[in-house]
Amino acid sequence: MKTGIISYGAGNVASVENALQRLGESSFVSSDINELLKADRLIFPGVGHAKMAMGALIEKGIDTFLKNYNRPVLGICLGMQLMGINSEEGETSALGLIDFEVKKFTTQLKVPHTGWNSISIATPNPLFKGIDSGTYFYFVHSYYAPLCSNTIATCNYGNEFSAAVCRNNYYGVQFHPEKSGDAGMQLIQNFFRL
Amino acid sequence: MLAKRIIPCLDVKNGRTVKGINFDNLLDMGDPVDLALEYCQQGADELVLLDITATLEGRSTFLKVVKNVAKAINIPFTVGGGISTVKQVEELLMCGADKVSLNTSVILYPKLITEIANQFGSQCAVVAIDTRLTPKGWEVVSHAGTRLTGKLAFDWAKECESFGAGEILLTSYTSDGTCKGFALDITGSISNALTIPVVASGGAGTLQHFVDVFKIGNADAALAAGVFHRGEIAIDELKEMLKLSGIPVRITHSCSLY
Repeated sequence: MKTGIISYGAGNVASVENALQRLGESSFVSSDINELLKADRLIFPGVGHAKMAMGALIEKGIDTFLKNYNRPVLGICLGMQLMGINSEEGETSALGLIDFEVKKFTTQLKVPHTGWNSISIATPNPLFKGIDSGTYFYFVHSYYAPLCSNTIATCNYGNEFSAAVCRNNYYGVQFHPEKSGDAGMQLIQNFFRL
Repeated sequence: MLAKRIIPCLDVKNGRTVKGINFDNLLDMGDPVDLALEYCQQGADELVLLDITATLEGRSTFLKVVKNVAKAINIPFTVGGGISTVKQVEELLMCGADKVSLNTSVILYPKLITEIANQFGSQCAVVAIDTRLTPKGWEVVSHAGTRLTGKLAFDWAKECESFGAGEILLTSYTSDGTCKGFALDITGSISNALTIPVVASGGAGTLQHFVDVFKIGNADAALAAGVFHRGEIAIDELKEMLKLSGIPVRITHSCSLY
């Protein structure tokens, strides 16, 4: 079983690679859809600006590729946000894989929402096997996905938002499991066992 | 609820962790990778690695340490020490660091903060402010604490925020290494005035000092070195104590499955 890590110029994939190595999982990094097709599952990371990231995905044909993909995909942070319909960040349309619209935080609290916050499980899902409500994960983001019918875990920062979503083979987490200690490693391991 | 963070700091010289009092009398505290892993297992929320070697040779050793730490741990970490160019930042991030800490270079050229924030995001641009209580007030010191700059820490922190810093790491040289507690007044006035997180550093000696820096100093995170390296305070015990004091912290439970 091989995991493909989608690289499209939006952020550093080194920490995801390191996390997979610690778990002893074989993986490769690519932006080429012909290569990515060989993977058994994909991780779709992302740090950066939504509009610029969408531009890069379209240029490489990864947008259409992901829409037609039927094996498990895990979107992380911006990767999860781009699974939605659109984003206020750069007023861009997104991949439309899951029914939510990404908003900017309007709280009085310090933004970006940076640090460890606890999540609540909204709908039991194999992605959270062995992980309870109240577990802390590491977040860094200024935009969020509101609650929707595909929300499987929530988090509160001024308002409730989707900490994790799932629709069919598409999984997304707003936090960084690769930086979230043992709980994050558990979640990645769970993704491998889907 | 967003947790208050506990951050051990590792001063790295020639590939080893060292600790001194007011930067003198350096003692060997072990292999940074081993220490980093140990802190991670104790429940540290982040780590800071400072390169205190000033030689070119030391710098390439430090990059190797950063790479190895990134492979070993699964929590975020910040690196600092002598960073003065965007290129250096890129190198460190490629080695797996999550944030960089900037100090003397941005006092000389504050726009570097903006350049780094624009290229890599403000979340990775931490400005380390070293300060000492002088007749003028809390004054910023530079060049590893050896020079007074004439700037006040409060004003400089506000400036750093407007240049695009994502976090302030405030170290009181008046309290550093004394184990007599954090500088609560300046930490509080800066933290309350900024919209970015403030990490308090310098002076941690007891569990109560950490309670105070969160409750009175309103810090978002607390950094310490000596008390952790010498084993005087264990991070898991510290967090239990903070929790009992009503401070939100991440208590780590071992995961059984993975």
